[in-house]
Amino acid sequence: MPKTYEEINEKIRKGEVVVVNAEEMIDIVEEKGVEKASREVDVVTTGTFSPMCSSGAFLNFGHAKPRIRAQKAWLNGVNAYAGIAAVDLYIGATELPEDDPLNRIFPGEFRYGGGHVIEDLVSGRDVHLKAISYGTDCYPRKELDTWICLADLNEAVLMNPRNSYQNYNCAVNLSGKTIYTYMGTLKSNLSNATYATASQLSPLMNDPLYRTIGIGTRIFLGGGTGYVVWNGTQHNPTEERTEKGIPRGGAGTLAVMGDLKQMNDDWLRGASFRGYGATLSVGIGIPVPILNEEMARFTAVKDEDIVTQVIDYSNKYPNLEGGSLGEVNYRDLKSGEIEVQGNKIPTAPLSSYSKALEISNILKEWIQKGDFLMSKPVQLLPSADSGVSFKSLKERPV
Amino acid sequence: MVSERVVLRFPRKLIEQPIIYMLSKKYDLVFNILFARVMPNQEGVLVAELSGEDDNYQQGIDYLKENEVDVQLLSRDVVRDEKRCTMCGACTAVCPTGALSIPDRKTMIVTFEVDKCVACGQCVEACPSNAMKVSLSGLEELGLENI
Repeated sequence: MPKTYEEINEKIRKGEVVVVNAEEMIDIVEEKGVEKASREVDVVTTGTFSPMCSSGAFLNFGHAKPRIRAQKAWLNGVNAYAGIAAVDLYIGATELPEDDPLNRIFPGEFRYGGGHVIEDLVSGRDVHLKAISYGTDCYPRKELDTWICLADLNEAVLMNPRNSYQNYNCAVNLSGKTIYTYMGTLKSNLSNATYATASQLSPLMNDPLYRTIGIGTRIFLGGGTGYVVWNGTQHNPTEERTEKGIPRGGAGTLAVMGDLKQMNDDWLRGASFRGYGATLSVGIGIPVPILNEEMARFTAVKDEDIVTQVIDYSNKYPNLEGGSLGEVNYRDLKSGEIEVQGNKIPTAPLSSYSKALEISNILKEWIQKGDFLMSKPVQLLPSADSGVSFKSLKERPV
Repeated sequence: MVSERVVLRFPRKLIEQPIIYMLSKKYDLVFNILFARVMPNQEGVLVAELSGEDDNYQQGIDYLKENEVDVQLLSRDVVRDEKRCTMCGACTAVCPTGALSIPDRKTMIVTFEVDKCVACGQCVEACPSNAMKVSLSGLEELGLENI
């Protein structure tokens, strides 16, 4: 008997809802079967905590006296985009300080960037705001140099155009020298492999065809409440899938948004990748309503059911050439060793499984306490049958 | 061969004596001075790396102690800032001794066994959250954390 969002929310209000995390759901379905599990469980909570580059925050810092229309602005020396309106800024997670040595001494350290500015703000620390302008009749001021903090901002909204990737490459290095990538430091000659998803806990792995996660879905974001606002950029639902509907490589993505003032630095953390750059680690948790047997089956997904491709980051990836060195599953990736082309190589995660589990449990508690209601998407995301796919750039002569 | 970083404190009365010269001359020790502070009528402080044959090194240290020079070994430790650590596991890719590891593959919690750590510092560079730090004990009080 299918359930509706309204029925589940009624149970949440009455304190009768049955919520489990995505790890617990595996055992429940194994023990009781899909049909019984779908009747007994109302919501399965998921989680992920990982560096997510396409992240940033909109800030409105309030009008100064006299007024300035910020034309260029910096937060702790990191350029913030000011081409919006007078005192609106967007600070992107991967932006670097103007005076950063970058990769001039290779590999660069990238100890501070936009993600760290966001972490400083969310921690309540003062951030140095500097802005310049050309001066107008209505906005005469040409320079602003002051301190701001989160509490004083009118709005501070985390707005991440692409988060929560449904699956991601396993990265290796076939070349003869160490390389420094956004997938971490990869040693030469296939000496290590890195991967970056929460696998069986990952939100979009538990709703692989986006039946319930869509525009308007209420989520855990950075420790506060946020929403899915669109599909993420590079959303690629037509990626090849397994029989169970799991994409074999990077596929769906989410654009998410939420009030930074509700969030905290446990779940938004500036991150640095040697030789690559700076970014932001973001914690996201999404509840999946068990509306029917199909959703119970989806949320019982296990590490061994989820596969990804082993990609060479020394040559194939940078040159936008296809070609996988093989397919591996997450049970093996999480075991600490995989086999690639006959070689046994050690693996290391970049995404925190233990923090992902913590997020799924926090979200479970919120729902059990009645603080967090399920929301039916106002529009679903393009799915496997949409024809939507991720395109590469076709360069044209100028 | 031994090579150790040491903090040497010279009492005022020794300031005028060629103690370091004797270490080189009598015990054939190579010394690389990392920091020195010698002020008139005050205790002198010298931070140096001393290297030499095992016997010579021990005799040199004994010689210093006999002359009432306070000798402290400078230990280099790697410490984990538990609040900053996100338990991602990136460090386990580079740790050569398995001090940083994921023993339980169900919870995927990253553990740090200090006993196994050789303070190579590779995790400091690999940690995206900047949670791993090198600490040189004995230097903080001199205000010299960064040498």
